[in-house]
Amino acid sequence: MSLEQFISNAISPWMKNPGPDDDIVMSTRIRLARNLEDFPFPSTTSQEAARALYKHVYERLSQTSKEKVGDLVWLSMDGLSHIEKTVLVEKHLTSPQLAEDSLQGAVVLNNDETISMMVNEEDHLRIQCLSPGFQLSEGYKYADELDDWIEGNVTYAFDEKKGYLTSCPTNVGTGMRASVMMHLPALVSTQQLNRILPAVSQLGLVVRGIYGEGSEARGNLFQISNQMTLGKSEEDIIEELRGVVLQLIERERSTRRELLKHNQLQLADQVHRSYGILANSRIIESKEAGNHLSTLRLGIDLDLIQGIEGNILNELMVLIQPAFLQQFAEQELTADGRDERRATLIRERLKLENIQDGGGET
Amino acid sequence: MQCQECNQRQATLHFTKIVNAKKTEMHLCEVCAKEKGDEFPGSNSYSIHDLLSGLLNVDPSAGSGAGYSKREEKEYTLQCPKCKLSYKDFINKSRFGCSYCYQAFSAKLDPILKRVHGGNHTHTGKIPKRQGGRLILQREISSLKTKMQEHIDQEEFELAAEVRDQIRELQETREKEEGQ
Repeated sequence: MSLEQFISNAISPWMKNPGPDDDIVMSTRIRLARNLEDFPFPSTTSQEAARALYKHVYERLSQTSKEKVGDLVWLSMDGLSHIEKTVLVEKHLTSPQLAEDSLQGAVVLNNDETISMMVNEEDHLRIQCLSPGFQLSEGYKYADELDDWIEGNVTYAFDEKKGYLTSCPTNVGTGMRASVMMHLPALVSTQQLNRILPAVSQLGLVVRGIYGEGSEARGNLFQISNQMTLGKSEEDIIEELRGVVLQLIERERSTRRELLKHNQLQLADQVHRSYGILANSRIIESKEAGNHLSTLRLGIDLDLIQGIEGNILNELMVLIQPAFLQQFAEQELTADGRDERRATLIRERLKLENIQDGGGET
Repeated sequence: MQCQECNQRQATLHFTKIVNAKKTEMHLCEVCAKEKGDEFPGSNSYSIHDLLSGLLNVDPSAGSGAGYSKREEKEYTLQCPKCKLSYKDFINKSRFGCSYCYQAFSAKLDPILKRVHGGNHTHTGKIPKRQGGRLILQREISSLKTKMQEHIDQEEFELAAEVRDQIRELQETREKEEGQ
């Protein structure tokens, strides 16, 4: 398989499309946690009950159609290899928990992978809608329609006072987690983010690294999401998150402008050095690769380097993860082997581009 | 540096643990770290659920009486009649066993939910369309009642009367549905 083909198969189709504010916001995700009445929750379920739940959902949903949803593919975790499951995790289409520990776990995907519904994860259903750029309202509208369609076919566990009943008390109510993935290199380098983050958390929002809970930030990518799900409507949650994200976008953009105004030469130097390292390394760890990809992407956004596609950061951040590297190598790899393959993959990828020195803003 | 477990492979993971000012360092290769499973702090470190479990264990409603009160004991023996999950297990795992647990533990739940959701314990968001017809109607009626009161306060009596008629209509629909 050629590298172009490999990348094309590895990247979710939606990631290739442009989105609003995608110089700063990489993607938007809406997740709804839902459970069905009269089935034990996955944390206490037996193999038989989990199978019965899967069968029930499959029969009810695979035989009805919905215009906007299109064809859905049902992938049972039992039928996938370890690497295939890890690839789904690295593409954020399923969680590590579903891939490794679930009973009768499955993931349901549509063609462009904007929908991924997990079955038998922490909750019976986790409906996830992904979109490029900053699209909170659109993403929620899409998830809401999908939710209505599902609810038309199965009976949810719902309580008048507590809302959608979930396995964990942190999700009860709306069951909604809205997340926005942001690239904030200027706020990080000027150490403004450290000051902003405590304020963000006081507003009931959480900031995490790109691989979710407990992960550190790589490549200056941060995931910002709502923490509370009870006592606020979905629209309120989205409005509050939108307000904070808009402010962060504005701050990041103005700081970039300032940096360019006062430090253009240093910035251009950093960008080209990062490009040099990425284009020439023979061994590279993921953290180092993430940081240089972030700088390269900043250089693309500021026009300091030309001829490289803007979505190279999103794309390579997915591709340089362990399972993708092993798929690319067509063999299992040790940590050292992965560092070598990572460097090769990045070099090969950059050869596909037609690099030119950029002038930057004047 | 060599892995301190197998003494063969190179250590690629380095951990420092500090307990009561005593520092312990661990240097492991990936294989040995994986074998150590739960002790491996890299992948499954302190999560929101550990934090939550800790939060649930602090119960302000339990009172500050010395020792283990009878009421507390009774609450700890609470059990969901449907899935048989005990309240104690719920606290330890911070997961409900089924949707009926919410009713079974309802007496204890509001303070817990308030703590997790910034003081809130009542849902004000989406209502499922097919299941929630009656509820949706009820919410619409109460929002119209607020609107009617606003018109009355502004002395816009004609508008208030219009809203009143809308409320009557919805109330009739509700009565019809309940009569069926």
